[in-house]
Amino acid sequence: MKLEMKDSPGQLVAALKPISEVGGNIIAVLHHRDPDTTHHTLNVQIVLALPEGRLDRLVALLKEQGVHIQRIGKERLLYKRTVILIGHLMHTDLSDTVDQIDSTGFAEVCEISMSMPAINERSTSRVTIKATNRVEMDAAVAVLRRVAQQKSLLLIEPLEEIA
Amino acid sequence: MKAALIGLGSVGRGVAEMIAKKNPDITINGIADSKSGCICNEGIDIAAVLEHKRRTGACGDLAISAMDVIKKANYDVLIEVTPTNALTGEPALGYIKAALARKKHIVTSNKGPIALAYKELSALAKKKGVALRYEATVGGAIPIMHTLEDGLNGNEIIAIYGVLNGTCNYILTRMAAEGLTYEQALMEAREMGYAEADPTYDVKGIDAAIKLVILANTIWGDGTKLADVDLTGIDLLTPDALRLAEEGDCTIRLIAEAIPGKKILRVSPRLIEKSHPLVVEGTLNALTIETDMAKEITLTGRGAGSIETERHHRRYPVYPRPLWQACLNTGGNTCT
Repeated sequence: MKLEMKDSPGQLVAALKPISEVGGNIIAVLHHRDPDTTHHTLNVQIVLALPEGRLDRLVALLKEQGVHIQRIGKERLLYKRTVILIGHLMHTDLSDTVDQIDSTGFAEVCEISMSMPAINERSTSRVTIKATNRVEMDAAVAVLRRVAQQKSLLLIEPLEEIA
Repeated sequence: MKAALIGLGSVGRGVAEMIAKKNPDITINGIADSKSGCICNEGIDIAAVLEHKRRTGACGDLAISAMDVIKKANYDVLIEVTPTNALTGEPALGYIKAALARKKHIVTSNKGPIALAYKELSALAKKKGVALRYEATVGGAIPIMHTLEDGLNGNEIIAIYGVLNGTCNYILTRMAAEGLTYEQALMEAREMGYAEADPTYDVKGIDAAIKLVILANTIWGDGTKLADVDLTGIDLLTPDALRLAEEGDCTIRLIAEAIPGKKILRVSPRLIEKSHPLVVEGTLNALTIETDMAKEITLTGRGAGSIETERHHRRYPVYPRPLWQACLNTGGNTCT
């Protein structure tokens, strides 16, 4: 996100503090001091990772600190889930299987480990999917469940409890 | 208290021996196996009956049937421990109904009748003012029903997750520990007496699903049936699947799961962190109950399933404790 704040001592710290308060993790801080600025303000870009659903609270806290949010960038896919697929993965077109997740627009396959013991034997792969939040992840896994059923693959999902 | 014992397989024999040994103010006035029966309203000499069964293969008079014992003997509680028939529930279903008609309390380890006809049987028991106890149908010796009915009283139960089949859990434990194939682990389970010659009921998840149905009916009274359960077994798992799980500090367990709020009712192999409380070893069972107030409660203990126990005497003390306790519990209680 791109922030604008008063150029006075302690302001940057005040702007960063709410991030840790909501459980966020700062990945990068870009801090440019423009000598020509006439408004005595400072522009800061922050890249951060936030647990699901905390963004609204962070925005509120930053506003309380008198920080003006110029722009909130696109959320990145930070919610991950790993599943295992067993079956004739290559013969049933693995790239199509991956494509069906990637083409949802809200989730993508980010990692595959695969083991193919012998030709004609079933192979096993561990597939990690990224999505923005749990709801979209559930939707992505539902897509995968449907594909697995069509292609006679055994899908092993993680146990995701409610709490 | 006077009891009639129907079924003298490993479970029935275990119950009889336990009653004889611990002498818990229970007299058995009727006993029947699949071929014969005996009635003695002054109390049966259990040791003599078991010895007779060992010698002849029948526990009593071939002219007396199990139904004769149920309809004619003088008893307060029927201990019904015949083998499970998941399709019809018979002959146990008929036995239980006949005993309920005579206003007898029921204690059973039989999954068939409870999974198929829980609503009908519990309504009948209520009408007759007697107790219907089936603690030993799910989770072997773990006091699950007591926890649900008494321990968590006042809590709303949101979800349950469980490892309810010892055979599958043993196979998965061995595949993970030794890198065995499914076939090798199954063979080992058979040799240990943990799997039957035909392991279909266990490895396809049917046994776990029946237990899930019993739990769902007990908790939510929703009339859930076996056909409602989304079922995936463990028989297609590869050693690579367990190895890949292990690389992520996880393992695979057959999990029975019911979350009515999300319309989830399924039994399937799942990736689960090795440190998760449901990851129990060998033939153990475990159940996590998620509630609104107490949050998560996990119970673990010795399970037993449709496991061939005849040759493995060390396994059969698993059932009798809950059965025997349930007998005692029916003593002063009317139906709850």
